[in-house]
Amino acid sequence: MNDTADISAAVTRAPGAPVACWSCAGPVAPEALFCATCRVVQPPRAIDHFARLGVPRGFAVDTRALEARYFALQRQLHPDRFATRGPREKAISQSQAVSLNDAYEALKAPLGRAAYLLALAGQGIDDERTIRDPDLLVEQMERRETLDEARDAAGVETCIGAAVADAMSIEAELAAAFGADDLVAARRATLRLRYLQKLIDEARARHARLLGEG
Amino acid sequence: MLLDIYEPGETPLPHEGDRGIAVGIDLGTTNSVVAVARDGTVEVLRDTQGRALLPSVVAYGDDVAVGHDARAALLDRPESVVASIKRLMGRGAEDLKALAGVLPYEFGPPAEGGMARLAIGGRLLTPVEISADILRALAQRARTAIGRDIDRAVITVPAYFDDAARTATRDAARLAGLEVLRLVNEPTAAALAYGLDKGVEGLYAVYDLGGGTFDFSLLRLETGVFQVLATGGDAALGGDDIDHIVAERMLAERRMAGIGAPVDARLAKSALALARLAKECLSAQDDWAGTLDMDGAPSRHTLTRAAFEILIDPLVERSLRICRQVLADAGIAPAELAGCVLVGGSTRVPLVRHRLAAFLGRPPLSDIDPDEVVAVGAALQAEALTAGSDTLLLDVTPLSLGIETMGGIVEKIIDRNTPIPVARAQEFTTYEDGQSAMTIHVLQGEREMVDQCRSLARFVLDGIPPMVAGAARIRVSFAVDADGLLTVAAEERMTGKQARVEVRPSYGLNEDEMARMLRDSLDNAEDDMVVRLLAEAKVEARRTLNAVRAALAADGELLDDAERGTIEALAAAVEATLSGRDRAAVAAAAESLEAGTKIFAERRMDRGIRAALAGRSIDRLGI
Ligand SMILES: [Zn+2]
Repeated sequence: MNDTADISAAVTRAPGAPVACWSCAGPVAPEALFCATCRVVQPPRAIDHFARLGVPRGFAVDTRALEARYFALQRQLHPDRFATRGPREKAISQSQAVSLNDAYEALKAPLGRAAYLLALAGQGIDDERTIRDPDLLVEQMERRETLDEARDAAGVETCIGAAVADAMSIEAELAAAFGADDLVAARRATLRLRYLQKLIDEARARHARLLGEG
Repeated sequence: MLLDIYEPGETPLPHEGDRGIAVGIDLGTTNSVVAVARDGTVEVLRDTQGRALLPSVVAYGDDVAVGHDARAALLDRPESVVASIKRLMGRGAEDLKALAGVLPYEFGPPAEGGMARLAIGGRLLTPVEISADILRALAQRARTAIGRDIDRAVITVPAYFDDAARTATRDAARLAGLEVLRLVNEPTAAALAYGLDKGVEGLYAVYDLGGGTFDFSLLRLETGVFQVLATGGDAALGGDDIDHIVAERMLAERRMAGIGAPVDARLAKSALALARLAKECLSAQDDWAGTLDMDGAPSRHTLTRAAFEILIDPLVERSLRICRQVLADAGIAPAELAGCVLVGGSTRVPLVRHRLAAFLGRPPLSDIDPDEVVAVGAALQAEALTAGSDTLLLDVTPLSLGIETMGGIVEKIIDRNTPIPVARAQEFTTYEDGQSAMTIHVLQGEREMVDQCRSLARFVLDGIPPMVAGAARIRVSFAVDADGLLTVAAEERMTGKQARVEVRPSYGLNEDEMARMLRDSLDNAEDDMVVRLLAEAKVEARRTLNAVRAALAADGELLDDAERGTIEALAAAVEATLSGRDRAAVAAAAESLEAGTKIFAERRMDRGIRAALAGRSIDRLGI
């Protein structure tokens, strides 16, 4: 729900117009992290996660580059850099680091990235709590049955392996769908991936339990 | 788009200022250690006899003794000595009922806020006050060793410490006259020590079996980046438990042989001290023998390493179960780990190392003394925070945070292993027509039901205007800072009615109690709060001053000589207050300076906006 607020604010702001530095009150470029005049850290602006991390908007993201960018930005903005500064700079650094963590957490994995792109397009999946797609429902029930029937760690491992392989093929579908701007297909694949991810998480937890008992 | 990315090494450094160096402190359950880093070289500070470990033991008699002397007194007058106080940090009197009989403490009536108090040597003391005594002793050691005043520190806490225990630790430091620059998780500090000192890279695990807590964390180490991926643990599993099992066996043997009086707190403490000796001895030898002597009734006990290992194997297994869980959480197989760092004296027990090596498929790392590695990391971080550094330490929340909803169910707002700092919000509504108040009950833990999680705080948002059920929109926001401390706020969105609390644990110290304790403590006769506020006012005034000077240097031509003279006079007036101790004067001078530069600021903004409208790049403003 934060995301949508951020986006509409970003749209209404005139691009390029300087904003006032909270410290020296002079002009600062809107996306600048530090004031060029007094060098003091600036609060996070209302921009989308891709812009915050400086990567092009899209499903195909170079995750290595994304991570490098995230680290580089945290290096400058993390509260550890402001431990000896005043309370206001500390608070601003904290909100910058919070925004960076939000952005990176949303974009680092394919599922989050797909869900965020859909939200940007007004097709968010957050409200989709039940499975309405009958094919997906059957698929999920079958998977769950297989997992429930697995009696030992090896059996659960097989389930995880199959689910992970399927997740990878859905990611390929997603890349194609977003590439072709086919939001209907993208939305369907994202929902499938979300259920699959949940199943994988549960299976992993069960696997750990079975190893512990064994 | 303009993004200012600094080249490594050009990152703006924090002001070193005139505050001097900060130390790193490992405030442990059994032992504590203080270290200092200068130019990346760490020195673990030792006492006059060359000992790095300060036993976390305090003896209360005519005066207060901490460390080895206190531990020696444990056998003579155990009723006036307290050990392992860290286990009680952030615990309310209610929590302790569950621990009664397990821990050799005598409890007095709880403090005003419900915080537990111990009866020791005729005094009533909270765990915060006792921990403050240990911190004072460490700060004193540092002052002696370094030869200058020490008033700032990085203090480590178990990753699995909850919000209450973290707050209690910060309060203890404040009581001891130390400003906490950062609370750092112990496994992260250990990784920092290995990463910076030994240059390890890749995916690492930290197995931290402290005196009273167990943590297992997964970190990615890269040049200059320490990223915690997942952490898990048990706040009630530690090396102390090994001592307890061995002590219980000795006391049972004594009872069966019909020796001496029934077990009391004094005898239990003596048995624990002897059990610790047995544990240490059996880490190096195959057999141990010792005598438990109380009031002239000695009993002789022996233990082989094989028998010892059978006794403690269930504890080690409990720790490994947590390791498996954390790895599963992160979706990582043991074979993917590049190594495992050992922390805590109890990791010297051979069984721990053997079982861990079998689990991971390789022997764990122990190049840095497991008793000192956490303090080494804390010292490195203390230097990074004060002198500046390009090292990046990215930590996570160890436990999920949420609030109580209908039916006693916990709605999670922040999941465990979320990178911090983090802020999340969720909307709730009223469930009765005309409901005018809502209780926000904040909880920490992984379970679904309220009574299975730890209650952190309860507060009320009232003044909700009358509406039908489900119409109000109450937004509850959680923020966790880089120390892992939580702040909760609630707001009714239709009216903007707000309530904000810094989560002080339900049974924690309130500000009044803190103020009283500070007054009572002789070391801090000067009002801590006044000093703090003055320092903060000066930091802000200095920032304003720097901002104005930078603006004058950049855009001074927008002023005529008279205008510039006025501003310079105002700046000089701020400068003059900075050497004094009058907070009101500092704040007033800074305010006058800000007010006196309004027109200058407007001209600067005008010029910036005109430049942007004219299509001129404002790159000039980029760095
Ligand atoms: Zn500025």
